[in-house]
Amino acid sequence: MGAIELVEKSQLTDRPNMKAGETVRVHVKVREGDKERIQIFEGIVIGMHRGGARASFTVRKVSFGQGVERTFPLHSPSIARVDVVRAARVRRAKLYFLRGLKGKAARMKETRRA
Amino acid sequence: MITGIIGKKMGMTQVWAADGALLPVTVLKAGPCVVVQAKTVERDGYEAVQLGFVDERPARVNKAIGGRFKKAGVPPTRVVREVQVKAGGDAVKAGDQVSVAMFADGDQVDVIGTSRGKGFQGVVKRHHFAGGRATHGSMFHRAPGSIGASSYPSRVVKGMRMAGHMGHDRVTVRNLKVVRVDAENNLLLVEGAVPGARGGYVTIRKSVAPRPVRIAQEPVKKKGKK
Repeated sequence: MGAIELVEKSQLTDRPNMKAGETVRVHVKVREGDKERIQIFEGIVIGMHRGGARASFTVRKVSFGQGVERTFPLHSPSIARVDVVRAARVRRAKLYFLRGLKGKAARMKETRRA
Repeated sequence: MITGIIGKKMGMTQVWAADGALLPVTVLKAGPCVVVQAKTVERDGYEAVQLGFVDERPARVNKAIGGRFKKAGVPPTRVVREVQVKAGGDAVKAGDQVSVAMFADGDQVDVIGTSRGKGFQGVVKRHHFAGGRATHGSMFHRAPGSIGASSYPSRVVKGMRMAGHMGHDRVTVRNLKVVRVDAENNLLLVEGAVPGARGGYVTIRKSVAPRPVRIAQEPVKKKGKK
Protein backbone atom coordinates (compact mmCIF):
# COMPACT_ATOMS: atom_id res chain seq x y z
CA MET A 1 0.00 0.00 0.00
CA GLY A 2 1.31 3.42 -0.89
CA ALA A 3 1.93 6.06 1.74
CA ILE A 4 -0.98 8.22 0.56
CA GLU A 5 -3.48 5.34 0.76
CA LEU A 6 -2.14 4.47 4.20
CA VAL A 7 -2.87 7.98 5.42
CA GLU A 8 -6.27 8.15 3.76
CA LYS A 9 -7.43 4.73 4.93
CA SER A 10 -8.25 5.86 8.44
CA GLN A 11 -10.51 8.60 7.07
CA LEU A 12 -12.66 6.49 4.79
CA THR A 13 -16.21 6.20 6.04
CA ASP A 14 -18.92 3.76 5.09
CA ARG A 15 -21.02 5.46 2.44
CA PRO A 16 -23.53 3.97 0.01
CA ASN A 17 -22.26 3.38 -3.48
CA MET A 18 -23.85 6.38 -5.14
CA LYS A 19 -24.11 7.12 -8.83
CA ALA A 20 -25.18 10.08 -10.91
CA GLY A 21 -28.95 10.18 -11.32
CA GLU A 22 -29.77 8.83 -7.89
CA THR A 23 -31.84 10.85 -5.47
CA VAL A 24 -30.20 11.03 -2.07
CA ARG A 25 -30.96 12.39 1.38
CA VAL A 26 -27.81 13.84 2.93
CA HIS A 27 -27.98 14.20 6.71
CA VAL A 28 -25.70 17.17 7.43
CA LYS A 29 -24.60 18.05 10.95
CA VAL A 30 -25.14 21.74 11.56
CA ARG A 31 -23.55 23.50 14.51
CA GLU A 32 -25.46 26.36 16.05
CA GLY A 33 -23.54 27.82 18.96
CA ASP A 34 -22.76 24.77 21.04
CA LYS A 35 -25.77 22.78 19.86
CA GLU A 36 -25.69 20.36 16.99
CA ARG A 37 -28.62 19.29 14.85
CA ILE A 38 -29.19 17.37 11.65
CA GLN A 39 -30.29 19.14 8.49
CA ILE A 40 -31.44 17.13 5.50
CA PHE A 41 -30.49 18.06 1.97
CA GLU A 42 -32.39 15.99 -0.58
CA GLY A 43 -31.71 16.08 -4.30
CA ILE A 44 -30.29 14.40 -7.36
CA VAL A 45 -26.64 13.42 -7.50
CA ILE A 46 -25.37 15.16 -10.64
CA GLY A 47 -21.77 14.04 -10.30
CA MET A 48 -19.43 11.86 -8.28
CA HIS A 49 -15.83 13.01 -8.03
CA ARG A 50 -13.75 10.00 -7.08
CA GLY A 51 -10.36 10.09 -5.40
CA GLY A 52 -9.83 8.08 -2.24
CA ALA A 53 -10.51 10.11 0.88
CA ARG A 54 -10.73 13.27 -1.25
CA ALA A 55 -13.84 12.03 -3.09
CA SER A 56 -16.83 14.36 -3.24
CA PHE A 57 -20.29 14.45 -4.78
CA THR A 58 -22.61 17.18 -5.99
CA VAL A 59 -26.31 17.19 -5.15
CA ARG A 60 -28.81 19.39 -6.98
CA LYS A 61 -32.33 20.23 -5.95
CA VAL A 62 -34.90 22.82 -6.96
CA SER A 63 -36.04 24.77 -3.94
CA PHE A 64 -38.98 27.15 -4.43
CA GLY A 65 -38.21 27.30 -8.14
CA GLN A 66 -34.57 28.10 -7.48
CA GLY A 67 -31.89 25.56 -8.35
CA VAL A 68 -29.58 24.80 -5.42
CA GLU A 69 -26.40 22.72 -5.63
CA ARG A 70 -24.18 21.56 -2.82
CA THR A 71 -20.89 19.71 -3.15
CA PHE A 72 -20.07 17.51 -0.17
CA PRO A 73 -16.80 15.78 0.63
CA LEU A 74 -17.87 12.13 0.57
CA HIS A 75 -16.06 11.20 3.78
CA SER A 76 -16.71 14.42 5.68
CA PRO A 77 -17.29 13.86 9.40
CA SER A 78 -20.03 16.49 9.24
CA ILE A 79 -22.18 14.16 7.14
CA ALA A 80 -24.01 11.87 9.52
CA ARG A 81 -25.63 9.64 6.91
CA VAL A 82 -26.51 9.44 3.22
CA ASP A 83 -29.64 7.58 2.12
CA VAL A 84 -30.29 6.65 -1.49
CA VAL A 85 -33.99 7.24 -2.09
CA ARG A 86 -34.46 6.65 -5.81
CA ALA A 87 -32.42 5.76 -8.85
CA ALA A 88 -32.95 6.79 -12.44
CA ARG A 89 -31.62 5.71 -15.78
CA VAL A 90 -28.98 8.15 -16.97
CA ARG A 91 -26.57 7.85 -19.85
CA ARG A 92 -23.72 9.99 -18.64
CA ALA A 93 -21.61 10.33 -15.51
CA LYS A 94 -22.07 14.06 -15.00
CA LEU A 95 -25.59 15.47 -15.27
CA TYR A 96 -24.62 19.10 -15.64
CA PHE A 97 -27.18 19.45 -18.43
CA LEU A 98 -29.91 19.37 -15.77
CA ARG A 99 -28.96 22.94 -14.89
CA GLY A 100 -30.47 24.14 -18.12
CA LEU A 101 -33.68 22.14 -17.78
CA LYS A 102 -36.66 22.65 -15.54
CA GLY A 103 -40.00 21.14 -14.74
CA LYS A 104 -41.09 18.31 -16.99
CA ALA A 105 -37.91 18.39 -19.03
CA ALA A 106 -35.81 17.61 -15.96
CA ARG A 107 -37.64 14.35 -15.27
CA MET A 108 -35.82 11.06 -15.45
CA LYS A 109 -36.97 7.51 -15.90
CA GLU A 110 -36.81 5.65 -12.62
CA THR A 111 -35.01 2.33 -12.40
CA ARG A 112 -35.24 -0.32 -9.78
CA ARG A 113 -32.31 -0.29 -7.46
CA ALA A 114 -30.30 -3.45 -7.00
CA MET B 1 20.45 16.49 20.07
CA ILE B 2 19.92 16.01 16.35
CA THR B 3 17.67 18.71 14.91
CA GLY B 4 16.65 17.20 11.58
CA ILE B 5 15.97 14.20 9.42
CA ILE B 6 15.92 13.33 5.73
CA GLY B 7 12.56 12.68 4.06
CA LYS B 8 11.07 11.74 0.73
CA LYS B 9 8.03 13.54 -0.65
CA MET B 10 5.29 10.97 -1.21
CA GLY B 11 2.53 13.33 -2.32
CA MET B 12 -0.29 15.45 -1.02
CA THR B 13 -3.73 14.68 0.36
CA GLN B 14 -6.25 16.09 2.81
CA VAL B 15 -6.98 15.22 6.41
CA TRP B 16 -9.77 16.28 8.72
CA ALA B 17 -8.73 18.24 11.79
CA ALA B 18 -10.43 17.70 15.13
CA ASP B 19 -12.48 20.88 14.69
CA GLY B 20 -13.83 19.68 11.35
CA ALA B 21 -11.54 21.73 9.12
CA LEU B 22 -10.09 20.01 6.07
CA LEU B 23 -6.33 20.51 6.00
CA PRO B 24 -4.09 20.17 2.93
CA VAL B 25 -1.12 18.04 3.93
CA THR B 26 2.06 16.73 2.37
CA VAL B 27 2.95 13.15 3.22
CA LEU B 28 6.68 12.68 3.79
CA LYS B 29 8.45 9.41 4.35
CA ALA B 30 10.86 10.65 7.01
CA GLY B 31 13.64 8.29 7.87
CA PRO B 32 14.70 5.96 9.24
CA CYS B 33 18.10 7.61 9.06
CA VAL B 34 21.50 6.58 10.31
CA VAL B 35 24.38 8.74 11.43
CA VAL B 36 27.16 8.27 8.89
CA GLN B 37 29.54 10.69 10.55
CA ALA B 38 29.46 12.85 13.65
CA LYS B 39 31.36 16.09 13.17
CA THR B 40 33.00 17.60 16.21
CA VAL B 41 34.52 20.96 17.07
CA GLU B 42 37.94 19.42 17.70
CA ARG B 43 38.15 17.62 14.39
CA ASP B 44 35.97 19.63 11.99
CA GLY B 45 35.58 23.00 13.69
CA TYR B 46 31.81 22.71 14.15
CA GLU B 47 29.13 20.39 15.51
CA ALA B 48 26.93 18.52 13.06
CA VAL B 49 25.93 15.05 11.98
CA GLN B 50 25.89 13.53 8.54
CA LEU B 51 22.72 11.49 8.09
CA GLY B 52 22.00 8.77 5.55
CA PHE B 53 18.45 8.03 4.44
CA VAL B 54 17.76 4.29 4.58
CA ASP B 55 15.76 3.51 1.44
CA GLU B 56 14.53 0.22 -0.01
CA ARG B 57 17.48 0.16 -2.39
CA PRO B 58 20.95 0.44 -0.84
CA ALA B 59 23.38 2.66 -2.66
CA ARG B 60 25.89 1.30 -5.18
CA VAL B 61 29.16 2.59 -3.83
CA ASN B 62 32.79 2.30 -4.79
CA LYS B 63 35.41 1.29 -2.28
CA ALA B 64 36.34 4.84 -1.29
CA ILE B 65 32.80 5.95 -0.46
CA GLY B 66 31.81 2.53 0.87
CA GLY B 67 34.61 2.72 3.40
CA ARG B 68 32.92 5.68 5.05
CA PHE B 69 29.74 3.69 5.62
CA LYS B 70 31.70 0.65 6.72
CA LYS B 71 33.50 2.72 9.32
CA ALA B 72 30.18 3.89 10.74
CA GLY B 73 28.79 0.34 10.61
CA VAL B 74 25.75 1.31 8.55
CA PRO B 75 24.46 0.16 5.15
CA PRO B 76 25.42 2.47 2.26
CA THR B 77 22.73 5.06 1.58
CA ARG B 78 21.96 6.94 -1.61
CA VAL B 79 21.04 10.22 0.06
CA VAL B 80 23.34 11.85 2.59
CA ARG B 81 22.64 15.23 4.20
CA GLU B 82 24.13 17.18 7.03
CA VAL B 83 22.05 18.55 9.89
CA GLN B 84 23.00 20.64 12.87
CA VAL B 85 23.29 19.41 16.42
CA LYS B 86 21.94 21.34 19.37
CA ALA B 87 23.52 21.24 22.79
CA GLY B 88 21.89 18.93 25.29
CA GLY B 89 20.81 15.32 25.09
CA ASP B 90 22.98 12.28 24.50
CA ALA B 91 26.22 12.61 22.58
CA VAL B 92 25.74 11.47 18.98
CA LYS B 93 28.06 8.92 17.44
CA ALA B 94 28.31 7.29 14.04
CA GLY B 95 25.91 4.39 13.57
CA ASP B 96 23.09 5.92 15.64
CA GLN B 97 19.53 5.60 14.39
CA VAL B 98 17.32 8.65 13.84
CA SER B 99 13.57 8.25 13.44
CA VAL B 100 10.57 10.46 12.83
CA ALA B 101 9.64 10.09 16.51
CA MET B 102 11.80 13.18 17.14
CA PHE B 103 8.81 15.26 16.01
CA ALA B 104 5.43 15.51 17.72
CA ASP B 105 2.00 16.64 16.55
CA GLY B 106 1.72 20.43 16.50
CA ASP B 107 5.47 21.03 16.16
CA GLN B 108 6.75 23.55 13.66
CA VAL B 109 9.30 22.38 11.12
CA ASP B 110 11.30 23.83 8.26
CA VAL B 111 11.40 21.76 5.08
CA ILE B 112 14.35 22.22 2.72
CA GLY B 113 14.22 20.82 -0.78
CA THR B 114 14.97 21.45 -4.42
CA SER B 115 12.20 23.15 -6.37
CA ARG B 116 10.97 21.75 -9.66
CA GLY B 117 13.11 22.82 -12.60
CA LYS B 118 11.32 25.03 -15.11
CA GLY B 119 14.11 25.38 -17.68
CA PHE B 120 14.96 28.64 -19.45
CA GLN B 121 12.05 30.99 -18.85
CA GLY B 122 11.21 34.53 -19.90
CA VAL B 123 10.63 37.45 -17.57
CA VAL B 124 6.83 37.09 -17.46
CA LYS B 125 6.96 33.64 -15.87
CA ARG B 126 10.26 34.08 -14.03
CA HIS B 127 9.81 37.53 -12.50
CA HIS B 128 6.07 38.14 -12.92
CA PHE B 129 6.51 40.99 -15.42
CA ALA B 130 3.15 42.16 -16.70
CA GLY B 131 3.93 41.90 -20.41
CA GLY B 132 2.10 43.84 -23.04
CA ARG B 133 -1.17 43.64 -24.85
CA ALA B 134 -1.69 40.62 -27.12
CA THR B 135 -3.83 42.22 -29.84
CA HIS B 136 -5.00 45.56 -31.24
CA GLY B 137 -1.70 46.28 -32.94
CA SER B 138 0.36 45.92 -29.81
CA MET B 139 3.94 45.22 -30.81
CA PHE B 140 5.01 44.49 -27.24
CA HIS B 141 4.06 41.08 -25.93
CA ARG B 142 6.34 39.25 -23.47
CA ALA B 143 9.58 41.17 -23.96
CA PRO B 144 11.39 42.58 -20.88
CA GLY B 145 11.41 46.19 -22.15
CA SER B 146 14.13 48.63 -21.24
CA ILE B 147 16.98 47.32 -19.10
CA GLY B 148 18.47 50.70 -18.29
CA ALA B 149 19.54 54.11 -19.52
CA SER B 150 22.04 54.72 -22.33
CA SER B 151 25.20 56.82 -22.01
CA TYR B 152 24.97 56.93 -18.26
CA PRO B 153 25.70 54.41 -16.75
CA SER B 154 26.65 52.77 -20.08
CA ARG B 155 26.19 49.32 -18.56
CA VAL B 156 23.45 47.14 -17.16
CA VAL B 157 23.18 47.39 -13.39
CA LYS B 158 23.85 44.23 -11.45
CA GLY B 159 20.85 42.18 -10.45
CA MET B 160 18.68 43.32 -13.40
CA ARG B 161 15.84 40.83 -13.72
CA MET B 162 16.07 39.03 -17.05
CA ALA B 163 15.20 35.74 -18.69
CA GLY B 164 17.15 32.69 -17.60
CA HIS B 165 17.09 29.38 -15.84
CA MET B 166 14.24 29.03 -13.39
CA GLY B 167 13.60 26.50 -10.68
CA HIS B 168 15.81 23.69 -9.42
CA ASP B 169 16.85 25.94 -6.54
CA ARG B 170 17.32 25.09 -2.91
CA VAL B 171 14.12 26.28 -1.24
CA THR B 172 13.33 26.41 2.46
CA VAL B 173 9.73 26.55 3.62
CA ARG B 174 9.62 27.69 7.19
CA ASN B 175 7.28 26.90 10.04
CA LEU B 176 5.09 24.19 8.58
CA LYS B 177 2.87 22.60 11.18
CA VAL B 178 3.20 18.89 11.87
CA VAL B 179 -0.28 17.44 11.56
CA ARG B 180 0.52 13.81 12.35
CA VAL B 181 3.52 11.63 13.13
CA ASP B 182 3.24 7.96 12.18
CA ALA B 183 6.36 6.44 13.73
CA GLU B 184 5.29 2.92 12.78
CA ASN B 185 5.32 3.67 9.05
CA ASN B 186 7.94 6.45 9.25
CA LEU B 187 5.44 8.97 7.90
CA LEU B 188 5.24 12.66 8.70
CA LEU B 189 2.28 14.80 7.69
CA VAL B 190 2.93 18.52 7.42
CA GLU B 191 0.33 21.15 6.63
CA GLY B 192 0.83 22.77 3.23
CA ALA B 193 3.16 22.21 0.32
CA VAL B 194 6.87 21.43 0.28
CA PRO B 195 9.31 22.12 -2.58
CA GLY B 196 10.00 19.61 -5.31
CA ALA B 197 8.16 16.87 -7.11
CA ARG B 198 6.88 13.60 -5.68
CA GLY B 199 9.81 11.31 -4.93
CA GLY B 200 12.13 14.23 -4.25
CA TYR B 201 14.31 14.27 -1.16
CA VAL B 202 13.93 16.97 1.48
CA THR B 203 15.53 17.80 4.79
CA ILE B 204 13.12 18.34 7.66
CA ARG B 205 14.43 20.24 10.65
CA LYS B 206 13.01 21.70 13.81
CA SER B 207 11.98 25.27 13.13
CA VAL B 208 14.84 27.75 13.58
CA ALA B 209 12.48 30.69 14.08
CA PRO B 210 9.12 29.25 15.13
CA ARG B 211 6.05 31.44 15.04
CA PRO B 212 4.71 32.22 18.50
CA VAL B 213 1.86 29.90 19.35
CA ARG B 214 -1.39 31.77 19.81
CA ILE B 215 -3.41 30.77 22.81
CA ALA B 216 -7.15 31.30 22.55
CA GLN B 217 -8.29 34.05 24.89
CA GLU B 218 -11.48 33.96 26.87
CA PRO B 219 -13.83 36.49 25.24
CA VAL B 220 -14.47 39.44 27.49
CA LYS B 221 -18.18 39.75 28.18
CA LYS B 222 -19.71 43.11 27.49
CA LYS B 223 -21.24 44.83 30.47
CA GLY B 224 -24.62 46.43 30.50
CA LYS B 225 -28.11 45.48 29.45
CA LYS B 226 -28.77 43.04 26.69
